[in-house]
Parts: sequence; C-alpha cells; structure tokens
Amino acid sequence: MERIPILKMGDFLLVTIQVDLYDQLAENLESDLINTINKHNSRGVLIDISAVSIIDSFMGRILGNIAVMAKIMDAQTVVVGMQPAVAITLVELGLSLNGVISALNVEKGMDLLRAKMYNGDNEGQIDDNDDE
Amino acid sequence: MQNNVLTGLNDHESKLNSIWMQLLLERGATDGATEEEESKEFTALFLEALNQGGNSDNLNSHAFEKLYDLLSGISISRAKRGFSPRETAQYMISFRDAASQILSEIAKDPAVLFAANLELNAVLDNLIIMNFESYVRGREDVISRQTDEISEISTPVIRVWDGVVALPIIGTLDSSRTQIVMENLLQQIVDTESSIAILDISGVPAVDSLVAQHLIKTVSATRLMGAECIISGIRPEIAQTVVHLGIDLTGIITKATLASALQTAFEMLQLSVVKRK
Amino acid sequence: MITTTNKEEIAIIKEQDVVPMRNRVRDYGVKVGMSILNQTKLITAASELVRNLLKYGGGGRVIVEEVTNGRDKGVRLTFIDNGPGIVNIELAMKDGYSTGKSLGLGLPGTKRLVNEFDIKTEMGVGTTVTIIKWKNG
Repeated sequence: MERIPILKMGDFLLVTIQVDLYDQLAENLESDLINTINKHNSRGVLIDISAVSIIDSFMGRILGNIAVMAKIMDAQTVVVGMQPAVAITLVELGLSLNGVISALNVEKGMDLLRAKMYNGDNEGQIDDNDDE
Repeated sequence: MQNNVLTGLNDHESKLNSIWMQLLLERGATDGATEEEESKEFTALFLEALNQGGNSDNLNSHAFEKLYDLLSGISISRAKRGFSPRETAQYMISFRDAASQILSEIAKDPAVLFAANLELNAVLDNLIIMNFESYVRGREDVISRQTDEISEISTPVIRVWDGVVALPIIGTLDSSRTQIVMENLLQQIVDTESSIAILDISGVPAVDSLVAQHLIKTVSATRLMGAECIISGIRPEIAQTVVHLGIDLTGIITKATLASALQTAFEMLQLSVVKRK
Repeated sequence: MITTTNKEEIAIIKEQDVVPMRNRVRDYGVKVGMSILNQTKLITAASELVRNLLKYGGGGRVIVEEVTNGRDKGVRLTFIDNGPGIVNIELAMKDGYSTGKSLGLGLPGTKRLVNEFDIKTEMGVGTTVTIIKWKNG
C-alpha cells in the first residue's frame, strides 16, 4: 500500500505531498499523521502541498480533519504552498477550509508554527504578525 | 455558363477601372489613391479569372482562387482602416455598376446584354458575400485584439513594499475579469512571496451583490494561499449600496483609501514610517 | 453545434483508476490549449464526479472527448454508471446536500467549475453526467 512519508523535525512533523492524491491515500495520511503526532508528542505539523495540482472536496475535508484532530491533540497544523489555481478552484467549489491555517511557503510556515507555539492563541495568518 | 460578351470586358480594362474609381469617389466609398493600386489588381485578376474559364457555374473553381484571396485581403484591411459596412458593400457594388455600364456599351442586342448582366450579377453576388464576410472577420479580429489588450492592461499588479502587492481595479468587475484578476494577484503573491495583497476598487463604478461576491472570492482564495487581502478604495456611495443590498463584508478588511490600507499593511508587518528629524 | 474531434473511453473499476483518468483529462486540456486554472477546474470537477461514480454507481466508465463549437475548443467528459440512480435530482443539486460522507458540495460545486453540466438519471438503470469546459470558459 502506497504511503506518504512523514518526517520528524524536533517538535514538528513535516509532510511533503509529492504524488497525486486519491481518496485512500489521503485517508491513510490522516491516520498515519495522527498516530505520529501521538508517538512523538509533536507540537506542530507542516503540510507542503506545493506539488499538488488538484484538491477536491474529499481531500479538502481530509486537510480540515487533520487540522482539527491535531488541534485536539495540542498540535498546530499549517498548510503551505497551495498553488493559485488550486486556491481559486477550492473557492469556486465552495470550500473555504475553515480551521486550516496556511502560509505561502515552508519557511513562512515554520515561522508561523514557532510563533503559534509560543503564543498559543494567535489566530492571525500572517507570519510576521505575532502579537509581541 | 461561359459568356462571350463578358470576356469583351478585357478590351476595356482601363476604362472599367476609371469608371469604378469614379463611382467610388462619387459615393464616398474610398479613401482615394491608396486603394487605386489594389483595385487595379482586382480588376486584372477578375478578368484573368474569366479568361481562365471562371463563370457562375464554377464559383469555387481554381480560376477564382487568386481573386478571392486578394478580395478578402482588401476587405480585412478596409475593416481595420475603419470603413463602415455601407462603404464596404459599395466597393463591390460600384465594380458591378461600372462593369454593367461598359457591357451596355459593347452589347447592342438587348437579349445578349441581359444574359451578360445576369452572368455578371451571379459572379458578383458571390464576391459581395465574400467581401462582407472578410470585412466582418477583420472587425472581429480588431475586437478580440482590443479585448485582450484591455484585460492585460487593466490588471497590473504593483509591488508597493517588500511583502506587499497592490492591484488597482479599473472598470466593471465581471466573472471573467475576476478570474484574470485573481490569477494575476495570486501568481504575484507566489512570485514575490508577499504576505499582504491590497485590492483597490476606487476605479470600480459600482458594487452590486455579484461584484461583492467576486471580491469575497478573491479574498478567500488569497487567504487559502496563506496571505491576507485588504480591500481599499471604498467610496461613500459604495459603502451605502453595500449596506442597502445587505451584503456582508464583515469578514474582510476594508479601508477607505489605498493609503490607509498601506498603513494597515505596515502595522501587520510591524513596520512604522517615521519622519526624519 | 458541437463536434467531436478526438475521443476515448476509460473504465473506472477501482479507486486507483482515478489518478490515470485525471492525467488523461489533463492531457486533453493541454491539447486544446486550456490555461492551468481551467485545467485545474476541469480535473477537480472530474475528480468529484468520478468519486460519485465509484461510491454510488459501483464503478462505470468515463468518455473523454476533444470538442469544438466552431468558435472555441473544449473538453467534454461523460460519466456513465449502472447504479441505482438518484432519487431526487433537485435535492442533490442543492448546496449542502449529501447522502454520502463527503461535504455535500459535490454536484452544485462541480457545476460551478465547468461551463456546461447535464445530468440524467433513471431509477435502477443508472446515472449519466456530462460536463463541458471550454478553453476560454
């Protein structure tokens, strides 16, 4: 069974999706990720989707699920690198991915995760916008 | 049907040209000397087509090919030079009138003349249709080129600060335009790694619920990418219509002017502008 | 009038068939000269519909066609299943409605992504959904 690799980087987990997703693969990612958060007691998850060319309602729902599940386990999820065409299509489809926090690239995503770890209630989406 | 009288036009080529030019001038359907050369070429090719056996029974034959190419070239160039449809139609009608005038001089027998005119009209009708089709095609080319140009020049994305891009929208925001605006804006956000985008709508004449819908979509797409979008240039009358129409813009950061949007962007980026002592 | 210039059929039996189907749709989009955005919208729509085909229709086939209406080129996709059919089409086309475990934006959301959308269903016989995305649509 095909699986998407999950990398551990200190307190964070890094997932880079390099293949086209289908439903089963996305569902596996959801359960693998939640189990890995539990195993390493991770505080943050960074999902890089810059190589993903389409996200439909099912995959969008999985991303939302991951964010909410991780949150319950006290880990923050940031989705990075969404392609412009994917973002426009999601909006047109009527999917706003509520609960999912995004950043432009991995670097900004990392900054955002760190900022969130040290002031847990910051809900802004801009990396440079911490409340200090 | 081959018509001997019609080939009699061969001997009167220069006269045919001068009558044709005369008629075009009288009818105000030419811009003068610039067209004379190509019109002479047209007459020459017309006669050549007849000499090669072209007639009303074989309008799609090889004999007419060169003539059709030239005519469609002339019509397209007329469309681009701004001739009216009437003037364009007159171009071929005047040619027929000129040819018909010469025919009545060379054919004495009314029955022969009638047959010759009938044949002339059959050939010319086809040319008139082609003339018009090419003219319309020329106009369509002009329109589609202008449309492309407008959509290109009307969505410039400006980098106003490191990490801040602005896009002033001028003109009505319909769905196809919104798509272009969104694509440009989001691509620029990726290219410049900007975390804030300002959409200035000072140049949008009216905001109805559809336009508001498009603005909200643009903001949502920007946020999905991980950037923030500020809408500026909300004029008083726009604020009024938005409220009267019951449009909910509460989830969106809106500012009256581009200046205050930039100020907000600076605050978000924790930058401050200070006056030098 | 819409004429077909190129056509092929893809069988959808299992979930893994979805990825190659999406790639074929992309190839057709590229061939007619669609922008990345329009390709993405078309493939996303296809992805939604093929899920319905697998989930409710128990599999089926997809016909991919390169079409033209004289002015514009486009891609037409037809999703055919032999499932139980949809009981209430009007309800299924409403935003927020779903019988399966998706978000319930399948059909109306998909309709917004394409230029033409047509659905025919017959109880006990199956469902056919046809969509067209024009190059400049």
